[in-house]
Amino acid sequence: MNRYPLWKYLLILFVVSLGVVYALPNLYVPDPAVQVSGQSSATVVDQQLLDQMERALKDEGIEYFGAESTGESALIRLKERDQQLPAKRVIQRALGFDYVVALNLAPTTPDWLAALGAQPMKLGLDLSGGVHFLLEVNVDEVVGKRMESSVREIRGAMREQKLRYHTVKLEEGTIVSKFRTEEERDEANQILRRDFRDLTAQLSTEGGLYTIRSTMSDSAIREVEDYALNQNLVTLRNRVNELGVSEPIVQRQGRNRVMVELPGVQDTAEAKRIIGKTANLEFRLEAEEQNVVTAEKFEFLNDKSRFPDAWLERTVVITGDHVSNASASFDENGFPQVNITLDSDGGARMHRVSRKNIDRRLGVLFIEYKTRTIYTTNEKGEQVATSERYVEKKIISLATIRSALGKTFRITGLDNPRESSELALLLRAGGLAAPMYFVEERTIGPSLGAENIALGVKSVTIGMVMVLLFMLVYYRVFGIFANVALALNLVIMVAAMSLLGATLTLPGIAGIVLTVGMAVDANVLIFSRIREELANGLPPQSAINAGYDRAFVSILDANLTTLIVAVILYAVGSGPVQGFAVTLSIGILTSMFTAILGTRALVNLVYGGRTINKVWI
Amino acid sequence: MTTLRVIDFMGQRKLAAIISILLVLGSLVSLSVKGIVLGLDFTGGTQIEVGYPQPADLSVIRAQLTESGFENPTVIYFGSESDVLIRLQGEPAAGLSDEVFAALKNNTDSEIEMRRVDYVGPQVGDELREDGGLGMLAALAVVMLYVAIRFQYKFSIGAVVALVHDVVITLGFFSIMGLEFDLTVLAAVLAVIGYSLNDTIVVFDRIRENFRLLRMADAKEVINESLTQSLQRTLITSLTTIFVLVALFIFGGELIHNFAIALIVGVVIGTYSSIYVAANTLMALRMTRENLLPPEVKEGEEFDGLP
Repeated sequence: MNRYPLWKYLLILFVVSLGVVYALPNLYVPDPAVQVSGQSSATVVDQQLLDQMERALKDEGIEYFGAESTGESALIRLKERDQQLPAKRVIQRALGFDYVVALNLAPTTPDWLAALGAQPMKLGLDLSGGVHFLLEVNVDEVVGKRMESSVREIRGAMREQKLRYHTVKLEEGTIVSKFRTEEERDEANQILRRDFRDLTAQLSTEGGLYTIRSTMSDSAIREVEDYALNQNLVTLRNRVNELGVSEPIVQRQGRNRVMVELPGVQDTAEAKRIIGKTANLEFRLEAEEQNVVTAEKFEFLNDKSRFPDAWLERTVVITGDHVSNASASFDENGFPQVNITLDSDGGARMHRVSRKNIDRRLGVLFIEYKTRTIYTTNEKGEQVATSERYVEKKIISLATIRSALGKTFRITGLDNPRESSELALLLRAGGLAAPMYFVEERTIGPSLGAENIALGVKSVTIGMVMVLLFMLVYYRVFGIFANVALALNLVIMVAAMSLLGATLTLPGIAGIVLTVGMAVDANVLIFSRIREELANGLPPQSAINAGYDRAFVSILDANLTTLIVAVILYAVGSGPVQGFAVTLSIGILTSMFTAILGTRALVNLVYGGRTINKVWI
Repeated sequence: MTTLRVIDFMGQRKLAAIISILLVLGSLVSLSVKGIVLGLDFTGGTQIEVGYPQPADLSVIRAQLTESGFENPTVIYFGSESDVLIRLQGEPAAGLSDEVFAALKNNTDSEIEMRRVDYVGPQVGDELREDGGLGMLAALAVVMLYVAIRFQYKFSIGAVVALVHDVVITLGFFSIMGLEFDLTVLAAVLAVIGYSLNDTIVVFDRIRENFRLLRMADAKEVINESLTQSLQRTLITSLTTIFVLVALFIFGGELIHNFAIALIVGVVIGTYSSIYVAANTLMALRMTRENLLPPEVKEGEEFDGLP
């Protein structure tokens, strides 16, 4: 009695060793490091650059002990944490502003563990320090703008058809078109139905005038919102990259929100300025003569070596506000191209200018409002950092006008798909997206984060020790079994969280602490059942068996209901509540495994298959 | 060892019911009259935690802020005397924290450190409040359904009455003590639901088992027997949980102080309620053995009305 088949022991051993392997990376303290990557995807970070960085660091006497490059980015490990900022400064100065230099914590997971896919847990912002922003995109304004441009387009379409309307205007989100005769209205309705499929119309007679009330259908509104939000996401990602953060998160949240998390960023003012800044575009014709009165000289944003600087007219054809979409694709011959869609206003202007200027070149300027840090040495010989704002205008495209352009046109002659997708991205980023504003900001200083980790570890340790002691005193030998299970539970929990890529937060640690307290519950249930059965006069072996059997249903019911609550917590909660829910759910599952299977295996190993007269419980 | 002496839990059920009702009523009165101090997460606003190298003088900081044009700043110590929490009322703006920090820095010689900033827009606060309430209701509803399916509807009423009891009293405690209720406390209250439920289910499980096993007609005896059998487990589990919660309360730091308090109160109340509220409700609902038998043995019900 009370013997497990070999496979059960092996299964437990397997799970436990998996747990140990995947929990192990968390014991390796990460190295402070500096991460370097290019401003644009075209920039390569190679060995030569790495040498340059190492020389710069050596000159300044900053100790480092590892420099590796993946081609896209480089990582330099430093000896001391407070050397990070100086190292960043030195490298930034040595490489110039084409590179993003970010502070990072480089994992020190040994290769054999990394090869197994083992990684340390991700730390939440409350533990690592950093900034969390929630931005709301004003989608109403986008929809409003869209309606306004529809009004203009409707008027244009009617004029084109020589249709006489009384008024066409926007009234509280509805386009109201009025006509003197019924025939005119019917004809207008046909135009609307044919050319403005986003709108749904209602006919009526108001004040003796035949009226059409058009509103945007829900699905069309949703589409506009989605588009605006995605465009903002792209823009935000670009801006965040500029900030030099090693692992930023930019994520859509709900219908109209974007969450930005920047671990390790301390200068929130700077972060907010960059995230909230606006980029724009200007379409200008290439100047026919290089005259500073009528023209300006600009350089290209990428590949300065390939293209010489170009002169563009000072007159702007259209600005980015009129660009409603840009996407990369391939032309009929399989060459990369970028399709641009303008709004009707922009289309009309583009048409007017381009048809008179066929065979001239049209340039697109990308305008950014940037800040840079300038390091100067003051009279005391100290390095002082000051930030300066400036406007940067660079050419992203210069292409010959082949024919009169309209609302939609394309840019061809691009070298490769990467170039076309980057151009499309820049065009979209510069095009006016929906305005955004901050609705939530949380900043945690780095020292507070470190403190939180220390406090969390301390309370887990102390709580755990108290529980272990209590169980040992109260249940003696069986207490040892429960304690082993509890320790394994903690290991497997950490392993599961690392493996699932769950983020550890302060409430998450609280969840672990709570699970430690509650995890013994299953064992308490089993052990008190065994005690009862013994008291009822059952021989030890049968009592153990009955104890496990009878307690199982209770444990299952109790844990399942708690799990339900945890899942609901996750579903409706946000941020900290979710972190707590994740640890709680994982803890419930792992504790069932260790408390039932784990202790049973130990009990069977110790007591199973032999005659015993007394058990220490 | 001898068989456990059955404790007459249900003998005190009237007294327990009165205590519970008084506690719940007291909590409800406090919640409606005094209300609950909602944290920044739910009200919206800006708070900034600033670390000073030495104990800080709150009145000086207050004066500095008022001079710099911030109206009615709340300035309190947070955890220690060198940690200061500043809260700003009125319509919050996103850039406020930087201005506050700059104002403080310009007015002091010491190296101050911006430890934490929380800015929550008013609409986000409203949403979090709604989501929180919704979460609690959803949890209660799903639990009620689960218990009804797994056990029987009388059990599910008993469980939910116990849960509502625990949640209301925990909230009432926060209201009476004037403790701040924020997102982490909400998580704690939801965890209390989970914990108390866990406790109640274990007790119910024993009651169900004994109703089927012991051929005793009297529900009171069966319930007393079951409560006595599970008492040891109930107490030990609560004890170990309270151990770690106390560790969390003492060593976990200021940020999860209220979280720990909510859980400690909730666990204590939850332990009591699984005995005296959940089981008591079963008594009040006239739980019988027949309720738990498969439907085809329905004839038994005819004898129900007999004396």
